[in-house]
Amino acid sequence: MTTLPSYDAAAGQDIRPRRISRKASGVDAVFEHSARAVGASVLVITGGVGLFLGWQAYPTLSRYGLGFFTESSWNPESDVVGIAAVLTGTISIAIVAMFFAFPLSLLTALFISEYAPERAKATLVAMVDLMAAVPSIVYGLWGYLLVMPHAGDLAVWLQRNLGWLPFFDVRGADPDAAVVDASRYVSSSFCAGIAVAMMVLPMACAVMRQVFSQTPQGEKEAALALGATKWGMITSVVLPFGRGGIIGGTMLGLGRALGETIAVVLIISPTFEVKPNLTEIGSNSVSALIAGRFGEANAAQLSALLAAGFVLFLITLVVNTLASVVVNRSRSGAGTDA
Amino acid sequence: MTTTPEMTPATATPLTTYLPQVDDDAPPPVPRRSLGRPSPDEQLTRWGPWLSSAALAWLVTQQLLPLAGVAWFVVSWFLLGLVVTAVTAAMHGGWIEVKDRVAAAVITGGALSVGVALVSTVGFVFLRGWEPLTHLNFLTDDMSGVGPKDAFDRGGIAHAILGSLIQLGIGLAITLPLGIGTAVFMTEVGGRFARLVRTIVEAMTALPSIVAGLFVYTVFIIMLGQPRSGLAAGLAIAVMMLPIIARAADVVLRVVPGGLREASLALGASRWKTVWHVVLPTARPGLATAVILGSARGVGETSPVLITSGAAAFFVTDPVGGAMNSLPLFIYSNVRSGEEQAIDRAFGAASVLLMLVLLLFVIARVLARPPRAKATSRRRLALPRRQSGSNAAHASDQPSHQPLDQPESQDPR
Repeated sequence: MTTLPSYDAAAGQDIRPRRISRKASGVDAVFEHSARAVGASVLVITGGVGLFLGWQAYPTLSRYGLGFFTESSWNPESDVVGIAAVLTGTISIAIVAMFFAFPLSLLTALFISEYAPERAKATLVAMVDLMAAVPSIVYGLWGYLLVMPHAGDLAVWLQRNLGWLPFFDVRGADPDAAVVDASRYVSSSFCAGIAVAMMVLPMACAVMRQVFSQTPQGEKEAALALGATKWGMITSVVLPFGRGGIIGGTMLGLGRALGETIAVVLIISPTFEVKPNLTEIGSNSVSALIAGRFGEANAAQLSALLAAGFVLFLITLVVNTLASVVVNRSRSGAGTDA
Repeated sequence: MTTTPEMTPATATPLTTYLPQVDDDAPPPVPRRSLGRPSPDEQLTRWGPWLSSAALAWLVTQQLLPLAGVAWFVVSWFLLGLVVTAVTAAMHGGWIEVKDRVAAAVITGGALSVGVALVSTVGFVFLRGWEPLTHLNFLTDDMSGVGPKDAFDRGGIAHAILGSLIQLGIGLAITLPLGIGTAVFMTEVGGRFARLVRTIVEAMTALPSIVAGLFVYTVFIIMLGQPRSGLAAGLAIAVMMLPIIARAADVVLRVVPGGLREASLALGASRWKTVWHVVLPTARPGLATAVILGSARGVGETSPVLITSGAAAFFVTDPVGGAMNSLPLFIYSNVRSGEEQAIDRAFGAASVLLMLVLLLFVIARVLARPPRAKATSRRRLALPRRQSGSNAAHASDQPSHQPLDQPESQDPR
C-alpha cells in the first residue's frame, strides 16, 4: 500500500520549488569573471591583430584599388605597388610543396597506420611529431645547401626532356649545351617548394595518421574477413573513412606552406614577375617580400607591406577554415567524443 | 554427448557414448602449416624482386644507359623493383594480388624516402656543425670582436642561446597564463562569448609568423618608438604562440571526461575547485605537452625575431636594452654572409637549436606518458600488505576484483 503525499491546503505552508539559479556566487563568481576577463583579453589581443592589419591595410587598398592585385612590380619610390607577382610566387611555391608533400604524407600516414610493425608504431609517430618540431630555418639550411644543387640538376634534366611544358622551361639557358649554365636552374620556386614541402609534410601526415587510426576496427576486419587483401581493405575502408582527414590535413599543410618565410628567403632570388617557369631562377612570396623590405620602409610602404600581409593572412584563414570544416564534416572522428 | 548417426529412435537400445579411439592404422598426422608467418617461398617472392632489380638497375644505369650516379640507380632500382614485384605477384596470383604487392611496395618506399629526408636533414646539420662544436668556447663565448673568418677557437654562440631563452621566457610569461586561462574559459565557463573567443582564436592560428612579427614591428617599434629589443622579439613570439597554445590547451581540456567534473560537482565542490583540483590535474600532462610543443615552435621561428630583435654580437641580458641576438637569427645572418667559416658556425648553432628542440620534445613526451612507474610505487604505499605486483606467480593468486589498476582512485590528493 502506497500512500501518496497529499497537499494539505489547510496547513498553509509554502511548498513552491526553490528558485534554482545558474548564477555563480562566491569564489565561483570570481572564477567565472576572471576567466571571462582572460578570454576577453585574448580576444582583444588576437582579434586586435587582425583588425589592426585590416585598418593599416585600408589606406593602401583604397589608394591602389584593384590595381594592387594586378600590378606585379613593387616600386614604392615611383608609387607603383602591387602583389600580383608575389602572390603568384607564393602560390606556385605552395603548389610545388604540396606536389611533393601530399603523396609523401599520405603514403607515410598509411605506412604508419597500416603497414608498420606494431612495436615500431609509437616510435614512428614520435618521429613524425619531431619532424614537425624541427625549426624551419633548419629545413631552410637543408634545402639551400644540400638539396638545391641536386634540384638544379633535376631541373636541367626536366628542361631537356619536358622543356615543352611551360613549368620546366628555363629561359636563357640551353640544357643541351656542353657546359650547362647551372646558375639559371637554382634559387627557383621549385627549390624553395622542396624545402617547404619538408615543413608541411609532417603536419599533413600527423592529421591523416590520426584520422586513419580512428577507422573502426570492425569494418577493417570485416573487409579482411570477406577476403580483401590489405590494399583492398585500405581502398574500401580506410581511405573512404579518412577522406576528410586527407583533404583537411592537406589544406592545413597548404595554409602553412603559404605563410612560410625563412626557408623561402634563404633559397629564392627575388624577382617581381608573374611567370609559369617553376624551375627558372627567381621567384618571390609575400612573406619573403615582407622580410626583405620592412627595414627600409617608411609609413606608406609599411602600410603596403601590411596590406600584403593582410591578404596573405586572409588567404591562409580561408584555407584553414575550409580545412577544419572538411575535417569536422566528414565521418572521420564520429563517435570519438562519446 | 556424442551420438552416432546410425542410431535411430526405432531401435530401442539404450544411449551409449562412443569415445574416440586411438587408430593405429591412421596415417601419421600431416604437419600443420604455420599461418602466422610467411613461408620461405613467400619470403623469397617478397625480397627476391628487390635483389634482382638491384642487379638490373645497376646493369641498366651504369652499363647500358648514360645515367651514371647514385640517384639514377636508386630511382631505377625502385621502379624496376615495382615491375619485378608485379611480375612475380602475377605468376601465382591475379590482378588483385599484383595491386596489393605493388601498393605495399609504393607505400613502404614513400615512408622510407620521408625517413631518409628526415635523417639527411638532421645528419647534415650535425655533420657540418660538428667542427665548431668541438671547441668548448663555442658554447661559452659570445661573438664580440670576432670576425666571420676567425678560427673556431675564438667566439661562440652563448649570447644567442641566452637571447633565445630570454625571448622564449618573455613569450611564455605572456602566453602561459593567457593561453591556459582562455582554454579554461572556453571549456569550463562556455556560453556564446566563449564560442566567439574560440572562433577568433582558431582563426588567428592561421596568422603567418612573419605577419605577427610585422604587427609588433609596426606597433611597438614604429608607433611607440621603442628600439628593437629582446622584449619586442618576445612580444612577437607571444603573438605568434598565443593562439597555438590556447587552441592546443583547449583540445586537451575538452577531452577531460565529463564524468570527473560531474562527480566533483556532485560531491559539493564549487566550479572553481573542480577546475583547480580535478580538471587541471587530469589534463596536466596534455597541457605540458601543448605548452612545450608550442615553445619548441616559438624558439625555432626565425621570421618574427628577424623583424623585431636586431642582432647583437655580445651578451645582452636586459630585454629592453637594445638589440639582442637569438639562435635562429644568428643562423640566418651567418648563412646570408656567405663566408664558409660563418656558415659552419651557423651549422653549429643549428645543431644546438636542434638539440634544444629535441630536449623540449623529449620532456613533452615524458610528461605526456601515463605515470606507470609512479602509480606502482604509490599503490605499494597505499596497500602495504600486498606484495609487489610484478611477481607473476603471486599476482595470479590475488583476487582479480581488487582495484589493481586504479591509481587515481587511491591518489591521496
